[in-house]
Amino acid sequence: MGTRIQNLANNFTTAGIVKAAAINNASVSGITSIPAGVGGALTLLSTQTASASASIDFTSGIDSTYDSYVFKFINMHPELDGGYFYVNFSTDGGSNYNVTKTTTTFKARHSEDDVTDVLQYVSGGDLTQETGNQPIALDGVGNASDESVSGYLHLFNPSSSTYVKHFIINSNADIGNANCVTSFVAGYCNTTSPINAVRFIQQSGNLDDGIIKMYGVS
Amino acid sequence: MGIATRKIANAFSTSGIIQSANINNASLDNITTIAGAGDMVFVSSATASSSASIEFSLGSYKEYKFFFVNMHPQTDDVYFQFNLSTDNGSNYNVTKTSTYFMAYLGENDAGAVLTYDNTLDLAQSTSNQNLLYSLGADADQNASGTLQLFNPSSTTYIKHWIANTNNAHYNNFSFNTYIAGYANTTSALTNIKFQMSSGNIDAGKILMFGVN
Repeated sequence: MGTRIQNLANNFTTAGIVKAAAINNASVSGITSIPAGVGGALTLLSTQTASASASIDFTSGIDSTYDSYVFKFINMHPELDGGYFYVNFSTDGGSNYNVTKTTTTFKARHSEDDVTDVLQYVSGGDLTQETGNQPIALDGVGNASDESVSGYLHLFNPSSSTYVKHFIINSNADIGNANCVTSFVAGYCNTTSPINAVRFIQQSGNLDDGIIKMYGVS
Repeated sequence: MGIATRKIANAFSTSGIIQSANINNASLDNITTIAGAGDMVFVSSATASSSASIEFSLGSYKEYKFFFVNMHPQTDDVYFQFNLSTDNGSNYNVTKTSTYFMAYLGENDAGAVLTYDNTLDLAQSTSNQNLLYSLGADADQNASGTLQLFNPSSTTYIKHWIANTNNAHYNNFSFNTYIAGYANTTSALTNIKFQMSSGNIDAGKILMFGVN
């Protein structure tokens, strides 16, 4: 018996089952997609890390490939204390971020000293057919070394040329005066033009740190 | 034909395709990644069976997402809770500040309330964080929901989480609870523990995913 046959045979158990040692990542590296229903529903499309960044823009990959997109923002840390963390949308590939939006905003807030605990609608955070930036965290985020905001934005069917584009945001932040702020933002881009770029930006100053990941949902 | 050759030959169909009977779960133990398989990666799961608690070790994913499915308590009118550890599970006592509000409606149409609950939020407390409201122990009563934990391995930032659950209240209400907060430490979180405020977790499954 040849050596190759013997080596091959050794990759099977006596019952004829392929041994784990005979298959590794390289064995399946040629597989780039698997049947629908197998695997996870989230596909990581892009990751950007802030580093004294004026904004974080996603200007590619937002198209009809996926019915919805999720952006996870993790430990977004501002240069300046107390500024709002914003999002806006573009229909022209990022040349302009000025899509008309109508939104609702409410938050829960609890102070570390247990003095303040509220659940309230934030009329100063919502938008009524406005093109301005949408606050993600409904209080200014602190810039102490351990302070940041984390959460997600879910954007539905941005490439539709029929419907307005809904989005839902949920975030948690620690703000400068030792408060925990949980923010709920939802609304729609009131346009039938496809949304093809998304911008995250601080109210003033840079985004000094933080990671934003864009996923397609299938 | 030798034994080895016969073994190999039997592993393949007459058209040369490896037969399904010749690959099992153990065959895939060395595969840790598959392109196109998605970026929410199953890490671990645990099924409760009269369990005092369920614990998971945390790693370096930037986000973990836990799914609670049909968590059923031994004892009526209890709270499903979690806590965090920075010392590999020796102590679950990380300082936390959180917000806590819920909507609820009774099966008899009572309630219909949206309210903040300042007895169940935490203010720089090391206590367990409640994830629902007064869970019932009737045979069909349980709680389900999710918990997202961001960047637990960071040694720079405090660690945010966001949770949402729905539970059957012991007095036959549906409670939809929103909890979020932060572990106020720059030490890396190493473990998370789930338990009931009293008695065991009699049934239910918790699944842990890492998000790439």
